[in-house]
Amino acid sequence: MQNSSGNLILEINDLHASIEDQSILKGVNLKIYAGEIHAIMGRNGSGKSTLSKVIAGHPAYSITSGIIKFNNQNILDLEPEERGRAGIFLGFQYPLEIPGVSNIEFLRVATNARRQALKKEELDTFEFEDLVHEKLKLVQMDPSFLERSVNEGFSGGEKKRNEILQMALLEPTLGILDETDSGLDIDALRIVATGVQKLSKNDTATILITHYQRLLNEITPNFVHVMVDGKIAHTGGKELALKLEESGYDWIEKDSNKSEELKK
Amino acid sequence: MSSTQTVDEIVSQPYKYGFVTDIETEKIPKGINKDIIKLISSKKEEPDFLLKFRLRAFDQWLKMAEPNWAELGYPPINYQDLIYFAAPKQEQKKESLEEVDPKLLDTFEKLGIPISEQKRLANVAVDAVFDSVSIATTYKEKLAEHGVIFCSISEAVTKYPELIEKYLGTVVPINDNFFAALNSAVFSDGSFVYIPKGVDCPMELSSYFRINSGDTGQFERTLIIAEEKSSVSYLEGCTAPMFDTNTLHAAVVELIALDYSTIKYSTVQNWYAGNEEGIGGIYNFVTKRGQCRGKKSKISWSQVETGSAITWKYPSCILQGEESIGEFYSVALTNNYQQADTGTKMIHVGAKTRSTIVSKGISAGHSKNSYRGLVDMGPNAINAKNYSQCDSMLIGDKASANTFPYIHSQQPKASIEHEASTCRLAEDQLFYLQSRGINFEEAVSMMVSGFCRDVFNQLPMEFASEADKLLALKLEGSVG
Repeated sequence: MQNSSGNLILEINDLHASIEDQSILKGVNLKIYAGEIHAIMGRNGSGKSTLSKVIAGHPAYSITSGIIKFNNQNILDLEPEERGRAGIFLGFQYPLEIPGVSNIEFLRVATNARRQALKKEELDTFEFEDLVHEKLKLVQMDPSFLERSVNEGFSGGEKKRNEILQMALLEPTLGILDETDSGLDIDALRIVATGVQKLSKNDTATILITHYQRLLNEITPNFVHVMVDGKIAHTGGKELALKLEESGYDWIEKDSNKSEELKK
Repeated sequence: MSSTQTVDEIVSQPYKYGFVTDIETEKIPKGINKDIIKLISSKKEEPDFLLKFRLRAFDQWLKMAEPNWAELGYPPINYQDLIYFAAPKQEQKKESLEEVDPKLLDTFEKLGIPISEQKRLANVAVDAVFDSVSIATTYKEKLAEHGVIFCSISEAVTKYPELIEKYLGTVVPINDNFFAALNSAVFSDGSFVYIPKGVDCPMELSSYFRINSGDTGQFERTLIIAEEKSSVSYLEGCTAPMFDTNTLHAAVVELIALDYSTIKYSTVQNWYAGNEEGIGGIYNFVTKRGQCRGKKSKISWSQVETGSAITWKYPSCILQGEESIGEFYSVALTNNYQQADTGTKMIHVGAKTRSTIVSKGISAGHSKNSYRGLVDMGPNAINAKNYSQCDSMLIGDKASANTFPYIHSQQPKASIEHEASTCRLAEDQLFYLQSRGINFEEAVSMMVSGFCRDVFNQLPMEFASEADKLLALKLEGSVG
């Protein structure tokens, strides 16, 4: 694996995906290089979340055509766990509760799976405890959350911090945060944003899926993409997000064919 | 994704206890009648009171009909086509382990229950029952130092007839139900435990039941008595070879807890469940009941039921003594074409009695898994309390789960709380774990053992991790 800045981390070509015969992604093209932060915006139902799940390998979606390459390798045949171990991380919009499974045990098993893929030594319970306590500071989480069941009874903000904690432990090459900002108050948003910023390095890349400008005030993206009807309809710099905040999506939708050409 | 292993594939793990021990067996002729019962009783050199007990039970049984209210379907059983007694041939009753046929010792060792002197489990005394007879009981002498009696029920009948006569059939009367009556008539062997006043049993007691013959019914009988201020923890394990015919197992277990005593009874049931098409397997019709006779006495049942083609089993507590406590913690896992109708009865007789029921049913494949439970508050059960929680998890879309809670209360000052839930092993939860690099099988077993956590926490330490592994094995290949 190469880790110099500027390598192509993710390459998506003409990706079509559907769920239960309903086509959702209709030709997505995207290239992400190391060191970049991309924001993906768009209305509900435009395919943003689907794109993130498809990259992570959710089994409910079928890929009808196109390709996804991660670190120059086609990943469409990889299981979700193989993608995770290879360094793709999806921060869930609605992190799931797993009753009866202790959070720290879950975090340790996940961390060791990733470490194994990185050919690093597995951590025993004591070593892991040291590591996790250090990472907790990053998201300002109380250690008592480690002993509880995974996400069970956590508030919305606590769940999102737990996601960032996982990201900190797994050290992904590509972090995809699906509406991590939704439902957060301003303090929680800052904590999450600071966490994400500290985790981005020049050999990693981040995709932020969001509805709101306020996350992008905290984390400055290199590119902003707008999805319309299963495609990336428009791409711009950080100022595009501001324009969307002011004028909404209508102007893009009206002109979506034209903007698609512009993107190239 | 197409290459994702389906849960169905994961659940189909071969049964590893399905071997048959090639040993010469003494069997009596097929069928059941008074002569057969007399024959069993005389083979076991039983006192007269026991023969009478058996014959009375047989008379009752003849008048009874097989119950059909459970959510179970199976072809009629021909009770005249079964053999009611089978024993590995040994010339004489063995006094020491050295004299036991090494083939039998090997069998138990293969099952992970070494009983020979050098290999036996530290701090767990084992009574090993093979078909109709008890082969050996370990640590007897050490237990005797504390006054604890742990032996086969046949031995107890000869050595302690007064205890047997006093207690046998007092918790489960001979006419209690069809299968209990049948058991009372023909029971062969099982374990007997007596904990004297003021003694905390110094080690775990455990019985291991092995069915070896294909055409023999197994009718074991277990009796546990905890005298005042005593305590004991007892565990039973069960396996059987793979036959393509069905074998009948109809056991009766009676527990008696006197003042301030505690009995903890745990079961890991892994009888052969039949193959993927539902051919073969054990019919498991069991009556288990404990009576908290004394003040502040406590009986706690924990069970992990993973085997048998059919399970019909309701370990219950009669809470007679004031402030006595009954508990039932159960995990029942069914796969392929297994059927389980299991639960408990908490009969609150005395004042301030308390009971807790936690039941976790997991159904995979085409299986049927029902919880059936009764909470009964009698007229004197003032300020009695019950809490029940019944959760079902469905794996795949062909399995079914039912919950039948029955509540009777004749006491306005009693409180009953019931919670129930059903969930599907959710693809999204699996995906969440997988996306963190955790592989599919491990994700399934994490979720299932998380679901069962409350029950596993109740098992004796040595067995909790084993139960965890057993469930994971049973589920291999079942999610999809």
